[in-house]
Amino acid sequence: MIASAFGVLFDGFAYGMLLFILSVGLSVTLGMMNFVNLAHCSFAMLGGFVTVTVTNELGWPFLASLPVAFLSAALVSVAFERVLYRRLYGASDLDQCLLTIGIVFVSVAVAAYIYGTIQQPLNLPPYLRGTVSILGQSFGAYRLFLIGISIAITVALVAALEYTRFGAQVRAAVDNQRMARGLGIDVDRVFAVTFALGSGLAGLGGALAIEIVGLDHAFAFTYLIYVLIVVAVGGLGSIAGSFVAASVLGISDMAGKYYFPELGAFLIYFVMVALLMWRPMGLFGRR
Amino acid sequence: MSVSALSTRGLDKSFGSLVVAKDIALDLPQGERYALIGPNGAGKTTLINLITGMLRPDKGQIFLGDKEITALKPDERVKCGLVRTFQINTLFPHLSALEAVTLAVCERRGYAGSWWQELPAYGDAVEEAYAILVSLRLGASCYRPTHELAYGQQRLLEIALALATQPKVLLLDEPAAGVPQSESAELFAVIANLSQDIAVLFIEHDMNVVFRFAHRIIVMVGGRILVQGTPQEIAADMRVREVYLGGAHHG
Amino acid sequence: MALSTVTEPQRYLAAQIRWQPIEIAFWLATLLPFVLTPNYLVLASHIAITALFALSLDLILGYAGIVSLGHAAYFGFGSYTAGLIAKWGWGEPLTGLVLAAAAAGALGYVTSFIIARFRHLALIMITLGLGLLLAEAANSASWLTGGADGLQGVRMWTLFGVFPFDLYGTTAYSYSLVVLFLAFLVARRLINSPFGLALRGIRENAIRMPAIGAPSPAHIRKVYTIAAVMAGIAGALLAQTTETVSLETLSFARSADVLVILILGGAGRLYGGIVGAIIYMVARDQFSGMNPQYWYFWIGTLLIAVVIFLPNGILGGMARLVRSERGRA
Repeated sequence: MIASAFGVLFDGFAYGMLLFILSVGLSVTLGMMNFVNLAHCSFAMLGGFVTVTVTNELGWPFLASLPVAFLSAALVSVAFERVLYRRLYGASDLDQCLLTIGIVFVSVAVAAYIYGTIQQPLNLPPYLRGTVSILGQSFGAYRLFLIGISIAITVALVAALEYTRFGAQVRAAVDNQRMARGLGIDVDRVFAVTFALGSGLAGLGGALAIEIVGLDHAFAFTYLIYVLIVVAVGGLGSIAGSFVAASVLGISDMAGKYYFPELGAFLIYFVMVALLMWRPMGLFGRR
Repeated sequence: MSVSALSTRGLDKSFGSLVVAKDIALDLPQGERYALIGPNGAGKTTLINLITGMLRPDKGQIFLGDKEITALKPDERVKCGLVRTFQINTLFPHLSALEAVTLAVCERRGYAGSWWQELPAYGDAVEEAYAILVSLRLGASCYRPTHELAYGQQRLLEIALALATQPKVLLLDEPAAGVPQSESAELFAVIANLSQDIAVLFIEHDMNVVFRFAHRIIVMVGGRILVQGTPQEIAADMRVREVYLGGAHHG
Repeated sequence: MALSTVTEPQRYLAAQIRWQPIEIAFWLATLLPFVLTPNYLVLASHIAITALFALSLDLILGYAGIVSLGHAAYFGFGSYTAGLIAKWGWGEPLTGLVLAAAAAGALGYVTSFIIARFRHLALIMITLGLGLLLAEAANSASWLTGGADGLQGVRMWTLFGVFPFDLYGTTAYSYSLVVLFLAFLVARRLINSPFGLALRGIRENAIRMPAIGAPSPAHIRKVYTIAAVMAGIAGALLAQTTETVSLETLSFARSADVLVILILGGAGRLYGGIVGAIIYMVARDQFSGMNPQYWYFWIGTLLIAVVIFLPNGILGGMARLVRSERGRA
């Protein structure tokens, strides 16, 4: 009983870490520019499909494909930001929602056109398959890897925010955009770079997701809801918030599926609505 | 001595370590014109936000006449007769001036909940709105959408909206902000002609305006009231002069 | 001083809300399908139902400015209520419709207390979450709803004891059209009332409203309940005219579709939902043979184009055109 509970905790946490990587970029850019980018998971999906193509068609090793996924998502997001998003920075929430939902529709259709509607296969290297035994407990190797990467990324992000000049500018821009501009910070450039980074992370998340939840043409839609829940519950502009919310969400989803399969996704939606009603700005949000 | 139209006791507000209001106690008698002055960041607009209920104080009480309104929601305070205007135009861009003021009148008269009768049928509300607009010299342009009005006209519309609620106490937040000298005369004529029944507290930077209209001046610095007094007393006060860098005023 | 004559400002306001000839022409044109396209009356009834649903969303989105990603909850709730009433033996359409409307209205009223308290992202997420919750609940309660198979055994009696619901759709379209028109009259009345003006005030500047003494939450609760009733009526119409109810009526897809339709036609213009519904549903019918992926590609592209080039939808674009023509004349 305890072993299975621990297993649920571990798997849930790993899933939560995946959600974290997928969501953190959106949380920060939403908090900074209040731009509702519902197409965030389209960039994630892009990263996933790039990895699939690179490993299956070009025969690259999985690990090598991860930076490619990150970079391609980041670059494509820059293009979108230049061409489309920039026009709507001052627009209403609704208009931003609609534009980005439109992009989601298009990306899902394009993905289906190129790759079909099936689950994408992925060949993992042997050292990432199977289980690893630590202190008598067996842990999935891939999930260990996922947790490891996530923690490394979290540490890197927090360190960059706290100790680099760019990080200070990001914090200032999230805290008070007008003031930051007044201090001479080029908020637009900070946003563009942060946006690229966030989308790149989403792309990485998409690549990492294949083994855990699979990848198909509807990924941009399916996981959008979970990402939005993480961002709304965790609080806009907060890395810590995203981390906590993603972990809670991942674990409760896993626990729900394991212990109350009849409830389905009911539990998550209920928890989300309840949490948002208690803290409309999110657990770690401000304003 | 009759009860003040508006009074506060011990009003405190802080955001973390930032103190924006400390122990604010003021009394505004009926029919008086008080000016609230102070350097930028002194907490003047914050005080108005506290009094109108847009911000909740950490401590303190607010009274309208002899009625305590500290716990009332902003719209309830308006219904009691406490109204403010905004420093930055906070209007309804795509409503015509007539529609905007009619809306305020309808809210006051309790018509705004009725959804069965068409608006023109409420002739009394429409007429009252039109009369207010005419008295503020906006009658000719009242059919145009708000965003098409000149800036000075929009500032007048700010006041029109406030007057439509038939206030007992009117808080004007920099009513002439951004209005060029050529247009401000009209604005001040309006303010001068406000009914003697209304008590007015206005925030202003232009000392000429302050000395012209105010019966009494309250000086705020760093969230606290530094000193209050008649215009002569304030003009002579050394501390006030220091705060304003030797008496020079902002334009 | 009593005013016995109608004054200029009143006349101006009255002129704003007068029935325009083009509106009368439009409603007369809705009778054309009986004559011109008698084989497509079932589609016409679906268009009317969707138009009613979009109109209900317009009340909260176009006029009060509430962005809802879960409006299908009331549509589906009305649909299932009407379907269940018929399934349990009472197949009379009109009373079923009224009961379903009341049920959807009750649900709307209860949720309106939550809705009125939030704005921006929290509001969007809560509407989304509530819609998903109801959809999940309906999925799980398959003993009641039929689950993924949908509600079976819905048998409607004849309308007024005379008109049966048949495959040709004559009754279906007449019924839906009349209900749509009546609901439209109510909506039109509402928009042109002081309450309608207050809603537009909330949309235009939510901060100013309490500053003029407006109880915004009370206004929002009222319009949200009315919109829920209307959405529930639309859902009930669908259940009754098709004699079936599926989980799709509660789905996020339906909430998103109606949002697209309203934006396409133009929100806040009363006719936007109707125009959007006509265009969207006719297009979807024409391209129904198409691979669904291609459909979503074009809808997505259209959505992007509308947001960038036609932010007020088709009706907004047409209004701008008319204004610029007038300016030139």
